[in-house]
Amino acid sequence: MCLGIPGEVIEFLPDQPDLARVNVSGVKRVINVGLLTGEQLEPGDWVLIHVGFALSKIDEAEAAAALDFLEGIGQAYEDELAALAESRIE
Amino acid sequence: MRFVDEFRDAEKARALSARITALCEPGRQYKLMEVCGGHTHTIYKHGLEDYLPEQITLVHGPGCPVCVIPMGRVDDAMALASDPGVIMTSFGDMMRVPGSNGSFFDAKARGTDIRMVYSPLDSLKIARQNPDKQVVFMAIGFETTAPSTAMTVLRAAAEGLPNFSIFCNHVTIIPAIKAILDSPDLRLDGFIGPGHVSTVIGCRPYEFIARDYGKPVVVAGFEPLDILQSIYMLMLQLSKGQAAVENQYARVVPWDGNEVALAAIGQTMELRPYFEWRGLGFISHSALKVRAEYARFDAENLFSVPGVRVADPKACQCGEVLKGVLKPWECKVFGTACTPETPIGTCMVSPEGACAAYYNYGRLTRQRVREASAS
Repeated sequence: MCLGIPGEVIEFLPDQPDLARVNVSGVKRVINVGLLTGEQLEPGDWVLIHVGFALSKIDEAEAAAALDFLEGIGQAYEDELAALAESRIE
Repeated sequence: MRFVDEFRDAEKARALSARITALCEPGRQYKLMEVCGGHTHTIYKHGLEDYLPEQITLVHGPGCPVCVIPMGRVDDAMALASDPGVIMTSFGDMMRVPGSNGSFFDAKARGTDIRMVYSPLDSLKIARQNPDKQVVFMAIGFETTAPSTAMTVLRAAAEGLPNFSIFCNHVTIIPAIKAILDSPDLRLDGFIGPGHVSTVIGCRPYEFIARDYGKPVVVAGFEPLDILQSIYMLMLQLSKGQAAVENQYARVVPWDGNEVALAAIGQTMELRPYFEWRGLGFISHSALKVRAEYARFDAENLFSVPGVRVADPKACQCGEVLKGVLKPWECKVFGTACTPETPIGTCMVSPEGACAAYYNYGRLTRQRVREASAS
């Protein structure tokens, strides 16, 4: 739950301005980017995701480091990814 | 030194460790508290305390929002879930938290409609798909997750959803820190500030710690080097008699926080006059509830809950662990009656709890230290 996972923005959903499709370790899901309205997000940007919402925009280096760290955590990260894989908010 | 090749930049770790040691005043003991489950995790997993001189002790505070929910509130949630017209939805880590009569997981096994969700938005979708049921979202977490709950309530309002509500148990970190600072049990020298909570609230809210209590605060990232560097920054301040707030995690945490997130919280929620925290007792203005304008999304308004205050099981010492007064292994039932498979208290149930973290990593650390000193 409290794991912030890095994801890469793939595209924005055309009819729903707050929703974007992201790639999180190969899992593609729709999340809400409404908390980052001031950031001018674009496809290819990286964000830190908590419970289906992008909380911060991060750079690719930080995303890679965060991913490294999470993979080191093991089970908790796998559980979080599994939960995200089940998520269908759109 | 162990783990020289355990993580990247082991050289930097040893350098930081040496500089930290050099800053210790002879004969002085230092207690630094962190209040973030993620930090607890990193510290135990990488055995960071072994990189620190004996004079520095890391104390784990109430960094796990699941852990601080009192049993009575869990019972209230179970009561809501047991209403046959309700579909209860919850994050995974809430599923095994024990109330007086078992957990969500146990109730689900008995046939109660409780569904695990990744996001409150999943809960909203379930509400749209089940118009004949009332869908309740068990809202937990510090300020990290409160904005997501708030945005979900706003979305429900925009859609005019008639069958969605939240059971709000969001807690706020600042009053908990203040309660610990005011507690006679503990004398702390500094704080390692939480990472992701700070992306929402920024660094300003910690200023009272430096200004009114004279303790330095460094907001830290999650990697072992981040935490070691933050400890170095704290020790540097202490060595100069300074007390200020610093941001070691500036690459992710903005000093002013996230205005959109704070506005969403402010629009939909307000502070409760007081709230009970497991182990810390009643703390004023430490938790959020749904504002009157959004009462139709407030499960406490739509349903009645028992609201009974339930004491922790006698054997449970979660309160003292949460305050940092006891280390996990000092709890009488740690590892014996209370394990991740058979948890008595929340410090063991939640993966972010100090006891769960120590159970999974800390014992290995102590064993390795023993083996290393024997060889």
